[in-house]
Amino acid sequence: MVLSDTVAGEAVLIDRSGVIAERWSLAPDEGPLPEGPVILPFLRRDEIAELAADRPGAVGLHLPNDTDPRRLRDHFDGLALISVAFPSFADGRGFSIGRCLREIGYDGRLRATGPVIADQFAYLIECGFDEVSIPAALASRQPPERWLERLETLGLTYQRGPGGALRASILDQRRAARAVVGEL
Amino acid sequence: MYRYDEFDHRFVAERTAEFRGQVARRLTGELTEEEFKPLRLMNGLYLQLHAYMLRVAIPYGTLAGRQMRMLAHIAETYDRGYGHFTTRQNIQYNWPKLSDIPAILDDLASVEMHAIQTSGNCIRNVTSDPLAGVAPDEIEDPRVTAEVLRQWSSLHPEFTFLGRKFKIAVTGCETDRAAIAVHDIGLQIVRGPDGETGYRVLVGGGQGRSPFIAKELRAFLPREDLLPYLTAALRVYNLHGRRDNKFKARIKILVHELGIDAYREQVEAEFAAIDREAVAAPWEEWERIRAYFALPDLAPVPAEDTGFERALATDPDFKLWVEQNTHEHRVTGYRAATVSLKPVGGVPGDATAEQMRVLAKLAEKHSADELRITHEQNVVLPHIALGDLYKVFRALAGIGLDAPNRGLVTDIIACPGLDYCALATARSIPVAQAISTRFADTKRQAEIGPLAIKISGCINACGHHHVAHIGILGIDRAGVESYQLTLGGEPADIPAIGERTGPGFGFDEVPGAIETIVDRYLSLRENPRETFLQAYRRVGMAPFKEALYGTQ
Repeated sequence: MVLSDTVAGEAVLIDRSGVIAERWSLAPDEGPLPEGPVILPFLRRDEIAELAADRPGAVGLHLPNDTDPRRLRDHFDGLALISVAFPSFADGRGFSIGRCLREIGYDGRLRATGPVIADQFAYLIECGFDEVSIPAALASRQPPERWLERLETLGLTYQRGPGGALRASILDQRRAARAVVGEL
Repeated sequence: MYRYDEFDHRFVAERTAEFRGQVARRLTGELTEEEFKPLRLMNGLYLQLHAYMLRVAIPYGTLAGRQMRMLAHIAETYDRGYGHFTTRQNIQYNWPKLSDIPAILDDLASVEMHAIQTSGNCIRNVTSDPLAGVAPDEIEDPRVTAEVLRQWSSLHPEFTFLGRKFKIAVTGCETDRAAIAVHDIGLQIVRGPDGETGYRVLVGGGQGRSPFIAKELRAFLPREDLLPYLTAALRVYNLHGRRDNKFKARIKILVHELGIDAYREQVEAEFAAIDREAVAAPWEEWERIRAYFALPDLAPVPAEDTGFERALATDPDFKLWVEQNTHEHRVTGYRAATVSLKPVGGVPGDATAEQMRVLAKLAEKHSADELRITHEQNVVLPHIALGDLYKVFRALAGIGLDAPNRGLVTDIIACPGLDYCALATARSIPVAQAISTRFADTKRQAEIGPLAIKISGCINACGHHHVAHIGILGIDRAGVESYQLTLGGEPADIPAIGERTGPGFGFDEVPGAIETIVDRYLSLRENPRETFLQAYRRVGMAPFKEALYGTQ
């Protein structure tokens, strides 16, 4: 996938606080890098370490969703942001990539890049994502308020596990309820 | 039976409210049709040939009387007075209005039901053995596992946008009535080295365009590892399953292309990396759910009942029904009974609101308030005392549901086909009706013995024709319906995919062709106890081919 197809162009960045400013710029597949925080295409991943020494906390990487996230393990130290491609909202590979990156120890910023929809925001956060970068046209149909509202309307989840901090786990609530009964 | 606690209730209520909002946002254009489609599918709402279809989940096919009554109420209030029980142990309504859907979901929620994940590219309603908790040879009630899986898979953040649908079936017996070998994941409860229960895990079975019998992924998986292991298996599929072609997107294709050993290696690597403790259901949760599936309090009755014996001696129809449609029960003096939804000439799996209400009442009065839906599209009353059996039979006869044909030639599975389905290329239901009428004679059916006919109206194989003793696949050949026949398929025991006999038959020719096959079987079987499948496995395709097409 060409990075510019999904990351560049008119995009709106949303996290759990609402719309946030974009401070990252995209590096081309080859040639000189833009100034400031920069997201490298996956094929330039070998430049991460050197660049991170130069620009600490300002190196990111864009990961196509057909790439094994475990291949990034050795680069975590230099990375402050990983952007995972969602070529379509129906292509759910990125959810597993998010979970996988968190499980193998990535603790930097995690971004979903592409036309994901507001109804997926809670799932994305539960899979370890911090923010979404969506096409502006989509954001005009599904305004930022909607994204925040969609986080609030789903209160409960049956799953446990990493990233599950958003919705309350029913299993853990049952356990808590049992503990209360046990004390009575 | 499982009962919702406050959290289950809130979860379903939140989900219904969410879908109501999504419908409203679709109407304002905030959601495009493309975006709305997977959201409505995940709530069981299909767009069919003529109208919307709503598929309601009946988790592992288990229902209480009040739930069956609600299904009757929905059929009457929002549909045309009937519902259709499916091969996934669910029910679907073929004529609801889009604007009524939120109200239907509210009605369902009031009896602890929903339509979540009965469709779409997610983990579907988990299916199980209709004789769960009844069968004497059962190691453990599989519905405990199925309920744990139902909860775990509901709105799973990682696995709600898979490459394709994902079906899981669980059995607790050696005798497999859940067809686990034709599921994406099949679980068989087995005993481990120290007598503890765990799972034999199968993966990559399925029907559709490319039928596969599932392969063994793990010979023994300890119970506590179930959710972490399935998480690993699903993750490998989600990451590496094909997304370029929807017809190659099921896990069976991934397993086939990688090979079971390579797939297993990836799953085990993923499993090793997962924080199992964090993902697994805690022990208390297993115990909490298990308590709901304890055997109901069945009043002690003697092993023999004189009224029952008298009815057997005096009513030959009852005798035939008892022999063909009832099953051994683990409790002395009780039997489970299959209520056939395959009356002669009827639509397989259909039940009217009135029939549903009678079934609900029978369950409440005579079957510990339980009903089961089978993947053969029938209903089971699981706990009937011998002394009540004749009463139940008479009541069923009163609503036309006394066909003594379970497992026989007229117990036909059929998909909705061209009468309803937008994907169908040929009719299924009328074919089933014609065959059923042809073989209406109950004596002749009993003489033919066990014979599973299954009909699909397109290559997606929803009618399970690949695993039928005689499978029928309707396709479109230049605008004309043509029906291909397959022989020797079988979902359980020694699972097998049926083989094609040869060129297809026209719509009107199908009953005759089936009769030709059946007559050939009757003439070549070694004795009346040799079933069609056994005979086919012994003699192979040749005699049947000759009977159908002549010598060439």
